[in-house]
Amino acid sequence: MYPAAFQYSAPRTLEEALSLLSELGDDGRVLAGGQSLIPMMKIQQAFPAHLVDINRISGLDGIREVNGHLGIGALVRHAALASSGLVAKNSSMMAAAAPWIADPLVRNRGTLCGSVAHCDPKGDWNSMMLAMSAVVVARSKAGERLIPIGEFVIDFFTNSLRPGEMVTEVRVPKDGVGGGGSYMKLERKIGDYATVGVATHLRLEGKGKIARAGLALTSVSSHNLKVTEAEQMMAGQTPSAELFAEAGAIAARTCSPDDDVRGPADYKRAVVAEYTKRGFQKALQAATSA
Amino acid sequence: MKINVTVNGTSQENEVEPRLLLVDYLRTVRSLTGTHIGCDTTHCGACTVLVDGIPTKSCTMFAVQADGASITTVEGLKQGGQLHPVQSAFKEHHGLQCGFCTPGMMIVGAALIAENTDPSEDEVRWAISGNICRCTGYVNIVKAIQAAAATTREASRQPVSVG
Repeated sequence: MYPAAFQYSAPRTLEEALSLLSELGDDGRVLAGGQSLIPMMKIQQAFPAHLVDINRISGLDGIREVNGHLGIGALVRHAALASSGLVAKNSSMMAAAAPWIADPLVRNRGTLCGSVAHCDPKGDWNSMMLAMSAVVVARSKAGERLIPIGEFVIDFFTNSLRPGEMVTEVRVPKDGVGGGGSYMKLERKIGDYATVGVATHLRLEGKGKIARAGLALTSVSSHNLKVTEAEQMMAGQTPSAELFAEAGAIAARTCSPDDDVRGPADYKRAVVAEYTKRGFQKALQAATSA
Repeated sequence: MKINVTVNGTSQENEVEPRLLLVDYLRTVRSLTGTHIGCDTTHCGACTVLVDGIPTKSCTMFAVQADGASITTVEGLKQGGQLHPVQSAFKEHHGLQCGFCTPGMMIVGAALIAENTDPSEDEVRWAISGNICRCTGYVNIVKAIQAAAATTREASRQPVSVG
């Protein structure tokens, strides 16, 4: 299977890449790991006129600490996240999820920033980014924009990048003291899309009450779905099995799964309810053991 | 576009279209048909090769991206006329039936052993979880990779002859 013909550039510096993207406008598309984009091009679902391959730019593959966040560079592969000490120490949710992204071969090449920009509703990372309120760093020739993830994920395969912009980093809040998360993923086999994925995060205040709850869902809507109603309901409450079950019930009625080869919609709703409950239990364990 | 790729130790300059996939470059331009095209949709792993040592699905990378890289295909596993331990073990332990997934399985097995010469069954199964086999049920593939690891361990224990 072959993609439609395209022009290809492999700039050596970020400045060169941003100049190219600025000239190309809507015709330009960034190629990072390519593990979603190339398959889509092969089945004629994406037709970029000009690929700007960023893999030869140095300095984009780092994980760094920045203002209480982990900054994940545009070329950080899923495999690097799975083996990172910084991630293991600072993000219980990402550490739990990274080994379950795609399969080992795809993890060797695919990137978190690429997945975030791709906005596939069946992609795992954006649910986690929504649950943790991550920030997307977008660069263009004109400068830098910090975009809250909730304003970045617009809809089905649609982000809020402007022509000429690219994602250079995603910043994820560190768990810190009293923070913890989990990602629960049901998949038929390794490498398949999630049938259902549930990202849960808790931040506890000194007396053990919930200062902030994060909840977002994969594969059960036209985009990764942040369950704001449940998050607000949980804020200020004392963690309990009943509270988590109530959040699960809200999540199950908020999402809109389809009947498909991975299961009927009512089954997926039931999994959302159960995984939300279990996910918050795990998040609570992570938050209190930190 | 002009690219220069080293495949199994031999570098060559070729003129290719940007959309040429690495797997097709290897099979048609370099005439190395050991690397198989299975699903062509990033699922099956039959096309796995090492790109600068890292197992990669060559159907999901463009040849132009491999400019300057060093690729190892299944043809490059043998060294000095000797089969790689993984190749011998697949033969010995009947790690294949139809053989279609075998190049990818052996490349992944060789990469695993390069990092870990004593992988548990779980570690082998985890490593090959991006590679699909529709014949064997994986049992003998896992056995073969573990046997190859054991051979590699033994070989590294041999005393080095001096003078």
